[in-house]
Amino acid sequence: MTTAFLNTDALPYCKGCGHDLIARNTTKALDKLNYDPLDVIMVTDIGCHGIIDKCLNTHTVHGLHGRSVALGAGISFSNPDPNKKIVVFIGDGGTTIGLQHIMEAARLNLNMTVVVHNNYLYGMTGGQTSGLTPYGFNTTTSAEGNPFSGYDLCALTHAAGAAYTGRIMGIGDISDKLAEVISVKGFSLIEVLEICPSYGVKLNPRRKLQEIVEKSGKPLGDWTREREPFEAHQGRKADDLLSRLPIVKKMFNSYLKKPLSLVVSGSAGEGVQLAAGLISKAALISGLHVTQKGSYPVTVGVGFSTAEINLSNEHIHFHGINVPDMAIITSADGLAHNRKKIEAMKEGMLIIDSSLNAPQTGAKVIQHDFRALGARNAAIFSVFFFALKTGIISTEAIFKVIENEGKADKLPLAKIKEALVSV
Amino acid sequence: MPNNSKGKRTLVDASRLIIESMARAGADAFIGYPITPANLLYQYGSQRMPLMLAAPDEITTLQWMAGLAAAGKVPITATSFPGYALMIESINMAYMMELPMVIILVQRLGPATGTATCGAQGDLSLLRGNISGGHPLPVFSTSSFADCWTLSAKAVKTAIELRTPVVLLTSKEEVMTTKSFDLATLPEIEPVERKYYDLKCDGKYKSYKATDLVPDFLPVTQSNHQVRINASTHDKEGILQHSNDEAMANTQRLEDKIRQKLYDYIEYEYHESKEAEKLVVSFGITAAAAKDAIKELEQQGEKVSLLIPKTLVPAPEVYIEIMESYKTVVVAEENINNQFSEMLYGIRKPENHRFVGSLGKMITPQQIIEEVQA
Ligand SMILES: Cc1ncc(C[n+]2csc(CCOP(=O)(O)OP(=O)(O)O)c2C)c(N)n1
Ligand code: SF4
Ligand SMILES: [Mg+2]
Repeated sequence: MTTAFLNTDALPYCKGCGHDLIARNTTKALDKLNYDPLDVIMVTDIGCHGIIDKCLNTHTVHGLHGRSVALGAGISFSNPDPNKKIVVFIGDGGTTIGLQHIMEAARLNLNMTVVVHNNYLYGMTGGQTSGLTPYGFNTTTSAEGNPFSGYDLCALTHAAGAAYTGRIMGIGDISDKLAEVISVKGFSLIEVLEICPSYGVKLNPRRKLQEIVEKSGKPLGDWTREREPFEAHQGRKADDLLSRLPIVKKMFNSYLKKPLSLVVSGSAGEGVQLAAGLISKAALISGLHVTQKGSYPVTVGVGFSTAEINLSNEHIHFHGINVPDMAIITSADGLAHNRKKIEAMKEGMLIIDSSLNAPQTGAKVIQHDFRALGARNAAIFSVFFFALKTGIISTEAIFKVIENEGKADKLPLAKIKEALVSV
Repeated sequence: MPNNSKGKRTLVDASRLIIESMARAGADAFIGYPITPANLLYQYGSQRMPLMLAAPDEITTLQWMAGLAAAGKVPITATSFPGYALMIESINMAYMMELPMVIILVQRLGPATGTATCGAQGDLSLLRGNISGGHPLPVFSTSSFADCWTLSAKAVKTAIELRTPVVLLTSKEEVMTTKSFDLATLPEIEPVERKYYDLKCDGKYKSYKATDLVPDFLPVTQSNHQVRINASTHDKEGILQHSNDEAMANTQRLEDKIRQKLYDYIEYEYHESKEAEKLVVSFGITAAAAKDAIKELEQQGEKVSLLIPKTLVPAPEVYIEIMESYKTVVVAEENINNQFSEMLYGIRKPENHRFVGSLGKMITPQQIIEEVQA
């Protein structure tokens, strides 16, 4: 007999398989709830239970082993019309490999129902032990009984935040129970217990489901949680990522003759990236082409902080810097990180804090006490110093950038100006 | 560009260009999992995409994307090799299901976790072979900020029009670098028009029936026609089959779809220098060094042509045709095994081919010049 949901009476399972009962009762439950088959999206996992697709009149989505809950979650995130229903079929094996997906869907309380076909083993691949196999249960890979007990899936799912979690035995008419579970708003998961006749029954002769369930220590029952179903709170969005970028005009002159590569380096927390950004932005309003990238240890708050800058009158293609034309070093961390590069410099300029010993280098060495205005200001100070010494950008251009960005009162500009007088 | 051009000059990083371009083309969801050097893309994606979701891992990322795509969205994500490795089975799934999505793969130094903050070009071999069966997964490689704009939109367009996951291949050196850029040079991006199965059509809709290689799409969230999406071997209806003729024809179609249709999506730059006997071939981040090298060689009076392949997988024959017309070919890519040439020629490269490689360092224009002049 076919039904509104099933296009055949011959379901594709071995004789006596509990999956048959679950499929019939799930579709019966959907029927009872008056769902139109095309308002139901059935997502099935890889495993014996997953070969049901072809028998269903619903939409069917058949993905990977263990991932069906995440795949169904993706559909749920699309926020379909509330009269749509997403039902996921998954086994104990799929649950084991994809447990994270269940926890996540429960945590977010996504609108969907998961029906776990727990036959205590991997049926499709030949009856191996899964993460839900109970202690003492025989499988093809634990002939003397599983030495471990299985996960308490319901306890985990409930703890993760599911609106509904339940465990029942796959015996008799369970369609009313399934209808109740399917009607839950938010995430509902029901673990249906069964024994696979082909492996489970054979390897555990004379053991009844009832007894196995009792010994497993995982109680039957319902666990509910009053919770609103998922809503995708998205916060404020930009409607264009480019429209707020400051468009600049050339306002200052630069005395740059040929392309310049520059390394600015100091210690984390001492404003190196900010200072390097000032050079780049000042160069931009001085009509130059610029590239800038940062380099720092993975733990961004300690150790060195380096910025690499290229300046040119022409479009810059290659932006790598092997040996820089100039280096600005404001701390021992910065020096250590760039020592080799500085030693390789055959010409150019090294601007370095006077507390440091300049390495052997072909570059012209200029020392200055950048840390005099405090460690936090060392890099900023060095940038003004660089401008004054080289004329590549003007100090006015840097002040303009600071003013444009409204950072004037956050930086000790008066002190810097005063210190620059003596340079 | 003259210094005082009237353009819209600003400082911008490539991550921003990529995300904005994809959004304009029609991408509407960003699913993220943090990984250096793709984090800026994640940040911008969350600011710009109508839907942003923080996945708990990269397998979930791809599964959520597939679910969204089955419901009619155009999701994107950004990752680097470690995350990409986790995605591969699910990318195969989306490929088999024929779901549109874009994965931005930011290359960093491997193997494994390697060096998160060091650029590289080591993932091409993987991308060429990451679909079981050897079927081609479209891969576009950006080699400039301009590409980050145009190719990103192209990746979205390809994903939608060919119903397939697409990889946009970039590198740490591109997406984490800020440059002065004239926004006025960016061409307009038209949103990709989505075509659906005509709901008024009589008869039964079959999810994988294709008149011109690409099946008509319908989301699983409509209720006019039954949709069957399947990652296992399936027939036109989307029903699982072992290996019957109809199912094999369907799998064959997946291969043909990309190979034949991608001819409309081939992107490359060819700077042909008349009378040149030497050709430099370079893609991705190294193409910038190649451009400088060519310019420098020109200034020294040496004529050299330049080929920048951008559609990397499947590689069009035109690359070989161009390469075959030169006496000397120098291929530069930031790995130590010349993955581009291996993809084209296997283990025996033509004798007139030279290779400039590098490990953990950007290839410099000077290195390319030396090999050209060697
Ligand atoms: C990633 C991956 N690993 C392994 C498999 C092999 N596999 C197919 S079905 C299955 C077990 C299914 O067991 P379960 O989920 O309990 O379903 P059942 O067959 O018992 O209904 C496995 C391990 C696979 N398809 N994919
Ligand atoms: S092998 Fe077991 S689980 Fe699979 S169909 Fe047969 S009885 Fe059911
Ligand atoms: Mg099982």
